[in-house]
Amino acid sequence: MRNEIRLSGSGGQGLITAGIILAKAAALYDDKFAVQSQSYGPEARGGASKAEVIISENEINFPKVQNPDLLVALTQEALGKYLKGVKEGGIIIIDTLLTPTPPQGNYKVYSLPIVTTAAEELGSILTTNIITLGALNALYPVVTDEALSKVVADTFKKAVEINAKALAVGKELAEKAKLM
Amino acid sequence: MSKNNKQLLQGNEAVAYGALYAGCRFFAGYPITPSTEIAEKLAAELPKHGGRFIQMEDEIASMAAIIGASIAGAKSLTATSGPGFSLKQENLGFACITETPCVIVNVQRGGPSTGLPTAASQSDIMQTRWGTHGDHPIIVVTPSTVLEQFTETVRAFNLAEKYRTPVVLLTDEIIGHTRESVTLPTELEVIDRTRPTVPPEQYKPFDTTQGDVPPMADFGTGYRFHITGLNHDISGFPSNNGQMAEREEIRMQRKLDNNYDDIVKVEEFMCDDAEVVVFAIGATARSAKDAVLAARKKGIKAGLLKPLTIWPFPDKHISNYKNKVKRMIVAELNLGQMVHEVRRMAEGAFEVDGIFRVDGEPITPSQILTALEER
Amino acid sequence: MAFQYDKYLRNDKLPHIWCPGCGYGIILKALIRAIDALGWSKDETVIASGIGCASRLPGYVDFNTIHTTHGRSLAFATGIKLANSKLKVIVLGGDGDMSAIGGNHLIHACRRNIDLSLLVLNNNIYGMTGGQFSPTTPTGCNATTAPYGMTENNFDISNLAIGAGASFVARTSSFHVAQMEDLMKKTFQHKGFSMLEIISGCPTGFGRRNKQPEGFDALEWQKKNATPLTRYNAMTGEERAGRFSTGILHEADRPEYIEVYDRTVGLKDA
Repeated sequence: MRNEIRLSGSGGQGLITAGIILAKAAALYDDKFAVQSQSYGPEARGGASKAEVIISENEINFPKVQNPDLLVALTQEALGKYLKGVKEGGIIIIDTLLTPTPPQGNYKVYSLPIVTTAAEELGSILTTNIITLGALNALYPVVTDEALSKVVADTFKKAVEINAKALAVGKELAEKAKLM
Repeated sequence: MSKNNKQLLQGNEAVAYGALYAGCRFFAGYPITPSTEIAEKLAAELPKHGGRFIQMEDEIASMAAIIGASIAGAKSLTATSGPGFSLKQENLGFACITETPCVIVNVQRGGPSTGLPTAASQSDIMQTRWGTHGDHPIIVVTPSTVLEQFTETVRAFNLAEKYRTPVVLLTDEIIGHTRESVTLPTELEVIDRTRPTVPPEQYKPFDTTQGDVPPMADFGTGYRFHITGLNHDISGFPSNNGQMAEREEIRMQRKLDNNYDDIVKVEEFMCDDAEVVVFAIGATARSAKDAVLAARKKGIKAGLLKPLTIWPFPDKHISNYKNKVKRMIVAELNLGQMVHEVRRMAEGAFEVDGIFRVDGEPITPSQILTALEER
Repeated sequence: MAFQYDKYLRNDKLPHIWCPGCGYGIILKALIRAIDALGWSKDETVIASGIGCASRLPGYVDFNTIHTTHGRSLAFATGIKLANSKLKVIVLGGDGDMSAIGGNHLIHACRRNIDLSLLVLNNNIYGMTGGQFSPTTPTGCNATTAPYGMTENNFDISNLAIGAGASFVARTSSFHVAQMEDLMKKTFQHKGFSMLEIISGCPTGFGRRNKQPEGFDALEWQKKNATPLTRYNAMTGEERAGRFSTGILHEADRPEYIEVYDRTVGLKDA
């Protein structure tokens, strides 16, 4: 099965890194095929940036995301720009603070306080992207938790603990939201 | 890297690793989107392999510097995109006439001029063949996956060395910027240019007594010789002898034509019983593969012809389909370039249609599937 | 015994293409004597040039020689030097080659201070194409593309090189043969980017339109107007008119590019 994921937000939120981590988790540890691409140029600096990941058991030919199964939109601008194409019934994760207006349509929308939690609970908004990954994989388990934890630890060798915590906190936010 | 040596690698990075694998020890370049990651990677990696990197003052100088380095014996690379490739044409011609091995990467983006710098395009296909002035042969290879970015870079260097010619690695923004899971091969063949075995006083840089590819000496090894962009005799000195110029130009063309089977590489996917075949390179070949798979599910006998060498054009391969297929669909991110070459080779034996797109977006599998479903 | 040039000449490539009265033959001989005096081996010496009359010189001398594209010789030479920094690389070109089409490469080679030795043969004109004005054609002089006189300002190539960061810059003329040979030796020995500008004549392309119809006229003009730097510096602006300074114009101790690069990136004996 081909899983299409689109991560969007503002430049600096670390979503491109998040996309690479997700693709690595699938490709290096879960033995799946993965393709990652991202926005470049002025689009990637400030404004609304995006990273796209495709994960599949089979070889991936067409490398672009067309109909995301899951969209992350951590700003209102990103939601407006990248909502297009999201599957009927697809999952959308938005940030409670920065994406105040949820999208209209047949989607499963989760409004999570990701940025606030990063700042207040983890003491660093730099953890925004890893909290996002924790939440994403809880709502749409596309890689194993072990694979995700391993790549996160590999990526942040000097900040293993805080990022492990960020993953766990993200997962918690998602579990709570699922119950609501 | 994981236990099974799998890595998530970006297309442009794979070119840099391929170059290092092939023995590249010099890179000169100029920053340009979407090729810059190749320069960035080699700036970091070349010194670890005993090589040098330089960012030159412009694209023209970068092309000149890699030719100079190659003449001094180093396998050399430059990388650019459309606007920079236009500027390189002057010295690309010099590499052609002096038969200097080197590899030029063109990560295609939208054009003409500054165009769409971060968008996909395949509109430099004719420029790679005819961009520099004057008749000249050239080899152009066209990878379509991150793995092929690596393997085709190695092949590009091998062909450059084997045939004493510049080779263009023509890729595109999509492949260059995509990260993909790959396991890099570790046992590819690496070819070095043939160097002279005659004593220096007998050496002539364009002596073809051993075949159409003359042995090439490095500057500084005792084989003193002259190199010029003028038409020259076999000793390398300028000559106004028109007959000699013609003989040399024909010989340079022949050295590639006679080695079609070694140079022209084509991947044929589900073509055996195909009635309609998609002809596509680079990122578009990936869409085509999905489209062919989808068409087969619908009972359409579709196939994919994916050239990994686009120049010399895969003439023989296309000819082979004359009595086999009803239709060939050429899908390309331009307003029609390869389609004319395919039509030339079809000679009316089968229909040739085109799917073209220049809005910066890739041709999608469904676009191709729709075309496959027609009639 | 008279100096034996034959050892360095590709005699079968002679006669050269230069017109009677051209200063380039004098420069060719001085170049050979300078290299011989320094004891450089033919195998370790590279001479690169671009396009133009001056750029045909490498074809006549028995070194590793390369006649590149117009204006680009410094970029080719940069690649040669980086691939094998043990080679001694001399680059040679005319005023059009170096200050017009190759101007960008010139200033950046100066800025990098890469160990190349550049000879600029400045005859103030495009000779090979038949006498069009170049960036060094004096204002008011005639050329085929300036039939009413040169209306543009001109470059002082030596000052340009100094401004761009060359660590050794000198100037002489084709009349001053002994000084030329001496300055060539100093130019070649300098570690870093070095340039010697040689003021020369072109009776065919420049002279006959500018009251110097014979080769001798240009030499006479050079003899009269060449002014050693110290004397030139002491002159008033008015006295300097038409004159050019000669000798070592600039010498600075600056780190050489490849040495700095190798050290910085941790490259040992590339």
